[in-house]
Amino acid sequence: MTSKLQLYSFFMSSCSFRVRIALNLKGLDYEYKAINLFKNEQSHPEYLKMNPIGYVPALVDGDIVLADSFAIILYLEEKHPQHPLLPRDLAKKAINYQVANIVASSIQPLLALPVMNYIGENVGEDAKIQWVYKHAAKGFAAALEILLKDHAGKYATGDEIYLADLFLAPQIISLKERFNFDMSDYPLLSRLCEAYKQVPAIQKALPENQPDFPSTEGKI
Amino acid sequence: MLKGFFSIVFINSTIHMMTNGEKKLQLYSCFISHPSFSVRIALNLKGLDYECKSINVFKGEQSHPEFLKISPMGFVPALLDGDMVLAESSAIILYLDDKYPQHPLLPHDLKKRAINYQAANIISSTIQPTLRIPILAYIRDNVGPDERITWVHKHLGKGFTALEILLKDHAGKYATGDEICLVDVLLAPQIIGTLERYNYDISNYPLLSRLSESYKQVPAIRNALPENQPDFPKEVKGIILIRIY
Repeated sequence: MTSKLQLYSFFMSSCSFRVRIALNLKGLDYEYKAINLFKNEQSHPEYLKMNPIGYVPALVDGDIVLADSFAIILYLEEKHPQHPLLPRDLAKKAINYQVANIVASSIQPLLALPVMNYIGENVGEDAKIQWVYKHAAKGFAAALEILLKDHAGKYATGDEIYLADLFLAPQIISLKERFNFDMSDYPLLSRLCEAYKQVPAIQKALPENQPDFPSTEGKI
Repeated sequence: MLKGFFSIVFINSTIHMMTNGEKKLQLYSCFISHPSFSVRIALNLKGLDYECKSINVFKGEQSHPEFLKISPMGFVPALLDGDMVLAESSAIILYLDDKYPQHPLLPHDLKKRAINYQAANIISSTIQPTLRIPILAYIRDNVGPDERITWVHKHLGKGFTALEILLKDHAGKYATGDEICLVDVLLAPQIIGTLERYNYDISNYPLLSRLSESYKQVPAIRNALPENQPDFPKEVKGIILIRIY
């Protein structure tokens, strides 16, 4: 009997959100294991014993433990080919890698907790939102709106959901919902955001639909 | 006016720009950029001839409109391959590996491939973003100039510790076995010259230290070194890199 997949995830983490979408698109059942990043649970000894580098999300597939959303998604893609996440066409595939990298290397790390906490502690709380807007504007607007206009269809690189969408959807939704970022200057990204919200696999992966999303009485 | 994390002072310098004939592959690169270094390694490993188009980041050439059309984020490297225009080093390297299968950069084994993706992303999404000039300039201006080195060392330490742990059960002659793979292509630029550039000693990381020495023996990596690039300042009496420490 094959053991069930386990995903160590935090409801609010956009990296976890990407993997949840991939699992849902491929129809893969998994056990949700919550790791609270605000409480630093990724540094707890039990987690580190299983996943020594302490990153979230992490996927457990039998005796394989894998962290990093990009690595997990490509692993799932190669092992479970249903609902392919990469186009066959080499050029389209490369654009998907480029978009995923822009999000994963140039946007998300700058908006993640370690950087935000550093700015909050060393510069000030108000500086955080300035920082977010500056980098979201540069990364999103300048780059992605221009890059994608020659490639987009119903979704970012065509009429199917691919890798680029898995990275874009959490980032756009997080910027809008969490940081109140005004997307009206970015018509293509706004349109994609609305399209993403209609996709069941993405809806199911939303932060508010995760088991560790705090209830109205609870606190984060 | 040069601002930022390095200043280069030339004394009696002449910069030689290599001009090649018409080549199908064109790489926009800066000698000093780690991601550019990674792509140069990949091209060399695959024996791919290319025209090097230098982008001088110290003069802000990455912000010129013509370059932004090619690389919307304004980052080097960027690759032109016929009609294909691509930026982001990881994307370029994976594209090259798909299109030019000689010297494959990913192992056949699924688990080893996954380790390569994971380690490569530790470098490109965890370490490299924290070292970029805009962040260091922000820290210099808002927290203090001396804080930059603290920040850099913290993030190098975090990333190198993760890599040392991740790779220790997989390494052979190179990071994930006896062939040079994706992670080596990203790791080599990150660990060669770390002491000189960031005053960060990797001798606490036995695997990374060993790999660094192995990488320096590889011709494809040596040829990709910053000092062997056409835009590396030549015939200088001295280059003073004003460091962040």
